[in-house]
Amino acid sequence: MRKLLLTAVTLSGLALSGAGDLGMARAEDGQFFGLLPYRTGPYAPTGIPFADGVADYIKLLNERDGGIGGVKILTEECDTAYNTDKGVECYERLKGKGPTGSAAFIPLSTGLTYALIERTVVDKIPLSTTGYGRTDAGDGRVFPYVFTVPASYWTGADVAISYIAQQEGGFDKLKGKKIAFVHHDSPFGKEPLPVFEALKQKHGFQFDVFPVAPPGLEQKAVWLRLARQVKPDWTIMWGWGVMNATAIKEAAANGYKVDHMIGVWWSGSDQDTIAAGDVAKGYKSLAFHAPGATFKVHADIKKHLYDAGKGVGDPAAVGTVLYNRGLFNAVVVTEAIRTAQEKYGKKPLTGEQVRWGFENLNLTPERLAQLGVEGFMQPFKVTCADHEASTAIRIQEWDGKAWKFVSDWIEPHRDMIRPMIEASAAKFAAEKGVTPRKCD
Amino acid sequence: MIYREAGQYKTSYAADQAIFPIRQDRIGIALILVVAFGLVPLVGSQYVLSTIMIPFLLYSLAALGLNILTGYAGQLSLGTGGFMACGAFAAYKLTTAFPGLNILIVLFLSGVVAAGVGILFGLPSLRIKGFYLAVATLASQFFLVWLFTKVAWFTNYASSGVVSVPPRAVFGSIFVTGNESTPAIKYLFALSVVSVLALAAKNMTRCSIGRQWMAIRDMDIAAEIIGIRPLHAKLSAFAISSFYCGVAGALWGFIYLGGFEPTAFNIDISFKILFMIIIGGLGSILGSFLGAAFIVVLPIALSNGPAALGLHLSTALVSHLEAMTFGGLILFFLIVEPHGLARLWRIGKEKLRLWPFPY
Repeated sequence: MRKLLLTAVTLSGLALSGAGDLGMARAEDGQFFGLLPYRTGPYAPTGIPFADGVADYIKLLNERDGGIGGVKILTEECDTAYNTDKGVECYERLKGKGPTGSAAFIPLSTGLTYALIERTVVDKIPLSTTGYGRTDAGDGRVFPYVFTVPASYWTGADVAISYIAQQEGGFDKLKGKKIAFVHHDSPFGKEPLPVFEALKQKHGFQFDVFPVAPPGLEQKAVWLRLARQVKPDWTIMWGWGVMNATAIKEAAANGYKVDHMIGVWWSGSDQDTIAAGDVAKGYKSLAFHAPGATFKVHADIKKHLYDAGKGVGDPAAVGTVLYNRGLFNAVVVTEAIRTAQEKYGKKPLTGEQVRWGFENLNLTPERLAQLGVEGFMQPFKVTCADHEASTAIRIQEWDGKAWKFVSDWIEPHRDMIRPMIEASAAKFAAEKGVTPRKCD
Repeated sequence: MIYREAGQYKTSYAADQAIFPIRQDRIGIALILVVAFGLVPLVGSQYVLSTIMIPFLLYSLAALGLNILTGYAGQLSLGTGGFMACGAFAAYKLTTAFPGLNILIVLFLSGVVAAGVGILFGLPSLRIKGFYLAVATLASQFFLVWLFTKVAWFTNYASSGVVSVPPRAVFGSIFVTGNESTPAIKYLFALSVVSVLALAAKNMTRCSIGRQWMAIRDMDIAAEIIGIRPLHAKLSAFAISSFYCGVAGALWGFIYLGGFEPTAFNIDISFKILFMIIIGGLGSILGSFLGAAFIVVLPIALSNGPAALGLHLSTALVSHLEAMTFGGLILFFLIVEPHGLARLWRIGKEKLRLWPFPY
């Protein structure tokens, strides 16, 4: 009995001392923004830096500027553990909180994105999926509440091929080249296939597809065949979580040149390369934002948060790829709120009003400089019809210690991809019986 | 004192064979139905309906299906997720191929398709038993999910393998899927289907076929000697179980998820449903519901708990506490009553009949 009591006391003590006010909405007035991070579960190592990036940026706005346009941002986190069912429950729990409900949601999971696409239409809350989720949701006429800025798997796939062409000396040199595609066998991994197929027809390279069953801990057979039999000139990888480090290690073990591997932006974080060890040196990945903590926004975060003891996460993680991706996401959503405030006034806004902000979001180079993210990301402009804004994408490389850019910004072939997106969205609309809205 | 059947005389066979022979039970179940059909959709918020009640009902239905196979017929199965996927994709293919077909007919047919596949994967049960059968059914789980991922025809050639459910109505304009529908209608629809199927399951287990299943479960050789055909009994259990799982899967994809991919029916869901019937009670209809409530509702309650108590904890701590408490409770209930919550309920009832004068 005494033991039990002791445990109870320790537990409650633990509970009370546990990182106090982190992510809890207070009763005061402000713009509510519900967060769906995964700080626990099998993907927690990648979920935590992202969640900290988002939380830090919002805290920075609250501490430094007093919120957005004087309206404080209230956040509450609900842990999804990267589980779709739990994520849906969290979404339902958070969507109506605060004075006006949640301004937007960042699901950070393909499964959860698909589950929320329909719900957000009913609830009129924007869904911001940066570089993941449903590619054809870039067509705002069919998907009014989903925003896929600044890139999709299709522009990513296109840029990967463009980079290979650059390295080989032009698109005409691609003919006869062997390119392998190793992908997570899930909707996420299969999403870029249509673009690769189209580019294969156009440029005449040989294209071999190697699906990896999730979670991807077992890839011996794939790399044995890839590295010893097919021997591709380049390998593109669409992986996530533990699959990435395993793939890099297996590639090296089978004698495949790691510096000819290009991962998608979800296969290019510090977590992946550090776990793979020394062999990861030279491994490349796509990126739509810069790595590193060299930007003004990082200095501000250090000054206002970490130096004052108010930082959310581990100071060492600031500037890692996934932390920066969290920052990127927070910038997009908060700027959309700011844009919406210009029309609806400086007060807590509803999801529908914030959607207007998203659709009129124009991040000019000047605006990016004001935010302290100049060079961190590309300027872009969202419109009613174009929810993706397809910015240019760069290639980054792991030098053994950190990620560095190795290419310039590469523009995707929008004239080829946009019609594909519209065709796919039209097919979805026909199947669902949705009438695309007019956008002029 | 209040729960006593003294004075309730049964004057006909029908009365003696009733599902609920005790009047208090009948009143209780009637009350539950009134609350479920009348009060819950009126009072329940959108959050309660769409994230607690609908998953609870659909998991109950799947658990009911597995309970028929594992609890009543004694055939251990880990293929539940696969059969659910079967039902979901059959329903998707049917409703996109024949948009005019009523959703109820689609559901029924998708159950039939799943039943057919269930019979196919039930064939090994004629030769192998116990854990070996569990492994054989595991093959169906992996094979079916793989099949739906691999063959693009099942997803109507969707490039990413995710299908989205078109809006469908039951009668006229009462939509149960898609954006026109409301959580209350979805809930009532799920509740109606689950009620009808639960009643059917209860009656099946009380008639000849259910007795055959139980005979096979308790001792298959003895059952064979007294004239029960194992082929018939085992395969019918597989068929009916898969029918239930198929309908549950179709509803899960159609009214809960709204858009789904094969991995929504992965091995996790099979384990989850197996745990539900183990915790709820093998061979009990009530147990399926109790188990589903335990596995679905309790974690949500636990994760909402600290905030409701006014404690401000970090997100990760709330999540960890939830997992710890949940695991602890599973251990607690399995130690207190290894036969599941349904048995606990039965013991409670026995005690209640003697209360306040136990001897």
